[in-house]
Amino acid sequence: MKNLFDLEKKINSELATKIKKTELKHNQIYIETNKDDLFDVILFLKTDKYTQFRQLIDITAVDYPEEVDRFKIVYLFLSHEFNHRVILSYFINENEVIPSITSLFPSANWMEREVFDMYGVNFKDHPDLRRILTDYGFEGHPLRKDFPLTGHSEVRYSEDKKKVINEPVKLEQNFRNFDYESPWEGTKYIKEQTISDDKKN
Amino acid sequence: MTKKIKNLNLNFGPQHPAAHGVLRLILELDGEVVEKADPHIGLLHRGTEKLIENKTYMQAVPYFDRLDYVAPMNQEHAFALAIEKILKIEVPIRAQYIRVMFCEIGRILSHILNVTTQALDVGALTPSLWGFEERETLMTFYERASGSRLHANYFRAGGVHQDLPAGLEGDIEKFCNSFPKIINDLENILTDNRIFKQRNVDIGIVSKQDALDYSFSGVMVRGSGVPWDLRKSQPYDCYNQLEFKIPVGKNGDCYDRYLCRIEEMKESISIIKQCLAKMEKGPIKTFDGKISPPSKKEIKQSMEALIHHFKLFTEGYRVPKDEIYTAVEAPKGEFGVYLISDGSSKPYKCKIRAPGFSHLQSMDYLIKGHMLADVPAVLGSLDIVFGEVDR
Repeated sequence: MKNLFDLEKKINSELATKIKKTELKHNQIYIETNKDDLFDVILFLKTDKYTQFRQLIDITAVDYPEEVDRFKIVYLFLSHEFNHRVILSYFINENEVIPSITSLFPSANWMEREVFDMYGVNFKDHPDLRRILTDYGFEGHPLRKDFPLTGHSEVRYSEDKKKVINEPVKLEQNFRNFDYESPWEGTKYIKEQTISDDKKN
Repeated sequence: MTKKIKNLNLNFGPQHPAAHGVLRLILELDGEVVEKADPHIGLLHRGTEKLIENKTYMQAVPYFDRLDYVAPMNQEHAFALAIEKILKIEVPIRAQYIRVMFCEIGRILSHILNVTTQALDVGALTPSLWGFEERETLMTFYERASGSRLHANYFRAGGVHQDLPAGLEGDIEKFCNSFPKIINDLENILTDNRIFKQRNVDIGIVSKQDALDYSFSGVMVRGSGVPWDLRKSQPYDCYNQLEFKIPVGKNGDCYDRYLCRIEEMKESISIIKQCLAKMEKGPIKTFDGKISPPSKKEIKQSMEALIHHFKLFTEGYRVPKDEIYTAVEAPKGEFGVYLISDGSSKPYKCKIRAPGFSHLQSMDYLIKGHMLADVPAVLGSLDIVFGEVDR
């Protein structure tokens, strides 16, 4: 469909309850769905003649450690025919296993491996779920917010053992994260207070 | 008596000149025919996305140079556009032309490297010697504008870091007039070359459908006959004011992709010429003091400018809460940035969509049934740079 508004309406009417909400922003459609309906939604987006999102651009996750449903899984699609982009997302908690879409898009293979590697999200029915970017034998999931920037172990060549060895990271100085927030904008609790006051007015 | 024949497993790389970087490709060979290819990547993984989450928006720019280090400014462009869209700032027209011009220079840089090294992989040494001389000239343009040959750190949200130095525009124009001859020379030596054609024609064929299924973009999808270019279909900056053609291949083999790249270089030259002709004097970055730093002169005279300068280089500018995906047509394909901002001066999440990642993924599908000697040819025409694949 040429028009984004029509497309949003079409998606809403066709998928109805399978979609939590849609939003039009920056010339893209943002769709929120849930895990169980993922396959139906993607299949519709890919095959319907009015949508034709036939290219998977990327799969990624976002980590919100303070939420119960910790990870937001994001799929980006592109339609060459209508020149639209759609961003599909849903939330899962830490231990949930999510369906792999490699049967619909073969290119999802490495993208899902990357999400698994970086966030530790498990995919069901993935043909080859291995780590992809990190080192052989790496532990932890680097893009989680609770993974330290400097990592846990460092690698060096040991002259004694004549091989490359892993050691815990030793830093002369820790990574310093300065708080530059200007003091006259007030501390956190004052800001929260002013925001809630603004809402009341 | 029957003999048992086992397939041979071969390690191609990580240290192999034709692997174009640190690729470890595990090939399963039946005689000389490749049965299976399993690329192991990540040997150049630097955790760019994690680092960007811990830096301010301005500090994050140099990381983009280090992704596809053959065409650094194209990557910066995607990041700058993403921030500009969230902040809703207008970029002055001169800055737009400068950015587009340098993106096209980046495209030529990348395509020269790719075309000539592909020729090198299949046995022709001379093109790379000619091509690299031109790359050197182009990198001096980078240096004169930004101060460094490769890692430019030149594009900012709202414009570019500084105006072009005196005389640079004239020199770029001179280059535009002399470079077509070099392309001709390259074509003379390669396009009708019997050996080059034997090694590339009908090798690594990608069908239209597979190009879509495997998330191909850029030359990889255009070589298969899909006329798709983000500069035309989703124009950013001033691309809609420029005239250029999109070369499209027919057969989707390595040879067609080579032809596409040659034609694209010619188009890039024409785009650069148009930029130079249309470029007028004017501001090169937004005047919003909350986003772009004030000039040295202002800092000496105005207290407010001093405060802005201090805040920008300590805390950095804040970006309101939003979520956006922007993509540019980088030389290798669609390079995208999926940015989530949370209202602070650091990105909450910045996912980088590198074209090479999905191209390399299809290695198994492309190379199955080909001979071992075709591996470098296919790898060369995929245009892989490990900076962006491994991030």
